[in-house]
Amino acid sequence: MSTITPEILTAHNVTADEYGKILSILGREPNLTELGIFSVMWSEHCSYKSSRVHLKKLPTRSKYVLLGPGENAGIIDIGDGIGIAFKIESHNHPSFIEPFQGAATGVGGILRDIFTMGARPIAVMDSLRFGPLDEPRSRRILEGVVSGIAHYGNCFGVPTVGGECVFDKSYSGNPLVNVFALGVIDKEKIFKGQAHGVGNPVIYVGAKTGRDGIHGATMASDEFTEESKQKRPNVQMGDPFLEKLLLEACLEAMGTGAVVGIQDMGAAGLTCSTCEMGSRAGTGIEIDLAKVPQRETGMSPYEIMLSESQERMLLVADKGREKEIFDVFEKWGLDAAEIGIVTGDGVLRVRNHGEIVAEIPNRELADEAPIYNRPFTKPARKAQMEAPAYTAGDAKEELKKLLASDNICSKRWIYEQYDYTVRTNTTLGPGSDAAIVRIKGTETAVAMALDGNGRYCSLDPREGAKLGVAEACRNLSAVGAEPVAATNNLNFGNPQRPEIMAQLVEAIEGMADACTHFETPITGGNVSLYNETLGEGIFPTPVMGIVGLMKNAAPVPMRFQSEGKSVLLIGGYRETSKAHFGGTQYADTIVGSTWGLPPALDMDYEKRVHRAIREIVRSGLVESSHDLSDGGLAVALAESSFGGVGARIALPASETPEIQLFHEAPSRILVSTANAAAVVEVAKKHNVDVVEIGVTIQGRVVVDKLIDATIEELHEPWSTSLEKRLHA
Amino acid sequence: MKIVKFGVVVFPGSNCDHDAQFSVSANLGEPAEMLWHRDTKIPGGVDAVILPGGFSYGDYLRCGAIAKFSPIISAVKDFAARGGLVIGICNGFQILTESHLLPGALVRNSGLKFICKPVELSVATANTPFTNAYEKGQIVTFPIAHGEGQYTADQATLDELEREDRIVFRYVDNPNGSMNSIAGICNRERNVLGMMPHPERATDPLMGSTDGLGLFRSMVAAFALQKPPPPPRGRSGSDSPNNGPRVAPRLAAHK
Repeated sequence: MSTITPEILTAHNVTADEYGKILSILGREPNLTELGIFSVMWSEHCSYKSSRVHLKKLPTRSKYVLLGPGENAGIIDIGDGIGIAFKIESHNHPSFIEPFQGAATGVGGILRDIFTMGARPIAVMDSLRFGPLDEPRSRRILEGVVSGIAHYGNCFGVPTVGGECVFDKSYSGNPLVNVFALGVIDKEKIFKGQAHGVGNPVIYVGAKTGRDGIHGATMASDEFTEESKQKRPNVQMGDPFLEKLLLEACLEAMGTGAVVGIQDMGAAGLTCSTCEMGSRAGTGIEIDLAKVPQRETGMSPYEIMLSESQERMLLVADKGREKEIFDVFEKWGLDAAEIGIVTGDGVLRVRNHGEIVAEIPNRELADEAPIYNRPFTKPARKAQMEAPAYTAGDAKEELKKLLASDNICSKRWIYEQYDYTVRTNTTLGPGSDAAIVRIKGTETAVAMALDGNGRYCSLDPREGAKLGVAEACRNLSAVGAEPVAATNNLNFGNPQRPEIMAQLVEAIEGMADACTHFETPITGGNVSLYNETLGEGIFPTPVMGIVGLMKNAAPVPMRFQSEGKSVLLIGGYRETSKAHFGGTQYADTIVGSTWGLPPALDMDYEKRVHRAIREIVRSGLVESSHDLSDGGLAVALAESSFGGVGARIALPASETPEIQLFHEAPSRILVSTANAAAVVEVAKKHNVDVVEIGVTIQGRVVVDKLIDATIEELHEPWSTSLEKRLHA
Repeated sequence: MKIVKFGVVVFPGSNCDHDAQFSVSANLGEPAEMLWHRDTKIPGGVDAVILPGGFSYGDYLRCGAIAKFSPIISAVKDFAARGGLVIGICNGFQILTESHLLPGALVRNSGLKFICKPVELSVATANTPFTNAYEKGQIVTFPIAHGEGQYTADQATLDELEREDRIVFRYVDNPNGSMNSIAGICNRERNVLGMMPHPERATDPLMGSTDGLGLFRSMVAAFALQKPPPPPRGRSGSDSPNNGPRVAPRLAAHK
């Protein structure tokens, strides 16, 4: 009997071509369960079918990289026998439909990716994008997402040490929630998601399986329409307490030596974990669904295989040592059930009470997903090249307006809801250029930064992606860390539109260029496409998570520490044109428009600046260090002053002082020092411009002839704006 | 010489257990062993018990409400009744109030949000084995990280706490609406302390504050004052149920 109708194929997002491929793999018609399995494994979310050909362009190797893309997370070697596992992942679609649970389970998913490797998670960061705060819906989504992240991370006991949060109307119907997690691992004890050893038992551990999240991966591979809110049952429910127990139990079970391979059940749940573990090891897996712990009665094989219930893991044990594993899970009060066996025939065979309900070759299912080299043209772009006519106003008032703007104001309201000090490793927390956690038992600390600028990418995805890499590396260098590896989250619209596909291709190529140049290979990441609502795509938003290494030391503060010190601009003024001014916060907030091109980046120069600032910071030559980014020099100056010590600076005369004050050319860092000559000498050595622009003073921020403000005048709008806007 | 042996209770969902152990062993230099929630007694040789922060048993129902039924809490009650030092931090404080080892209750922060930040505390009394290394009125900085830290009690209890000098720490700038700005209190016998702020997160210069070391040093000092010095702990005998915990001496009778 033929059960698969065109309507069913459409409902599963399976094209006619893809269905043809399924028929040829199976040599017969699939049943509904099998079609469901194919549809999730071949969804954009799981198979990267639109991006895979381009992702190959990214650099993935260096002397630090122990494990690159392909496993649950990448791992780098930091010495002392210790590795760092890290990855970023998106939970954009679920967070739009149900912000609290969507974001919470986003945290849960990435944490499992880390501890699946055998690593203990020690830090989380998040990169968030919402619509403007004057939209009630955006406020509601923001509040939900932040409490979801807080709920999950705080209870699990991992510090949320930093991140970024950006508002723009392009995200109104499509918020972005990208969560980065990082863990420490004994580099001799890395676990992989591989089902080795024919005859070894396959064990299911953790939460019971329910009907939640069915087809989550397929949903994440489709655009949103008015009906999307009805997809709420597709969103999973998270339980951080259970995840915490699962973490402890998994790490303890791994310690017994009886675990052969392990993989979390994330997107596409039991389907993905079984076929991927088998495929990676070249084996087959046979399971019986009747043995799967179930939360509800009467679940069909289709539902059990596609459920995305959270806090579950699949592991393969050394035959004969199952009891050691069961004992550990019993100690932690978790379900563990032997549900199947590793076979030698390379087939994923699913039984229900003994009767075969699905039988699919593993390798074809996991690795032979269709790959599309989708057509691409010129990147979509709405902004004009020409700058609109505008008249700059009073610089002080404009600075205050920028400091109060959604994208520049303090995010304290967000990060104070996150426990950022648990685990007692956070030496530099949220609100800084980069976050730093020390690694106990070593002299090494790990710094991390998340950066991405969708507005820049909307003007030029290639240059915008490079700027994101450069900024993350600059943030790390500004605190003294050397950038060594990266993870990326590519958030884009519908790849079936050639002008969107072009954004993706150019961004990946720009990123590949920059990651090669800055020696930060990509060890893994995530692609989130179809971020569109009613045909309106988001800004192309590649987000970089870059990890750097440094020796344990008290971090250099961002803020000026004492008066009478020289204020230096490392990297120099970097003159810029009106065209390159069109992507700035000033253009957006003050002029109310976006035009032209993103700031111009000279990657060679940028890298020299990184080297110079690292040497300066590590030699203890400066009292403060803060990189210039959104809002340019004036905003960096104000932010450096919020500890109470300000500065008086002078700028060369200019016909466009607003460009001088607020342009966002990269490669610049603001420092204060008692030893200007030594700082200048190091900068010169690296062939980097440095200008002494002023001196620190008590209580005021002064830019000769342009701005004269008390620190309080500037601090008040910056520190209170977000809360006021939320509760307006 | 090691002076005080700490025991850190691990509940399912504890997440500051490692931090407590690390701060005591690495930063203070005293031994610390982990105690499991299903244990029915405090092992002999343990002088002080830490109930760490976290979300014990998921904190379903109410924070600490399930933990109070755990076997280890019966043992902790017994240990405390015999004079052993017990400190509950954050979730540990919530467990102590739920278990009625301390009066009052901790409810949702007045702002209804989880708050994580360093806060200033005033040491309200130095007359406890947990604060003898501080001066009364000294200002210390500890991080807080809680959603349910608003201390609440009836007026009679508050009056009693004030009268008996049992408020150990007060917030300088009350972050959560706690009555009388209470951040930590002790029992009448002064050997059980509960507090929302995290002293164990302030024991390392790299973390920005070492003010918390004073609390643990106070506990060590309380034992160091004991005469005669503690005999070497043999393996035999110390587990005998009659052999109670060493009791830190009162530094001064409370008023």
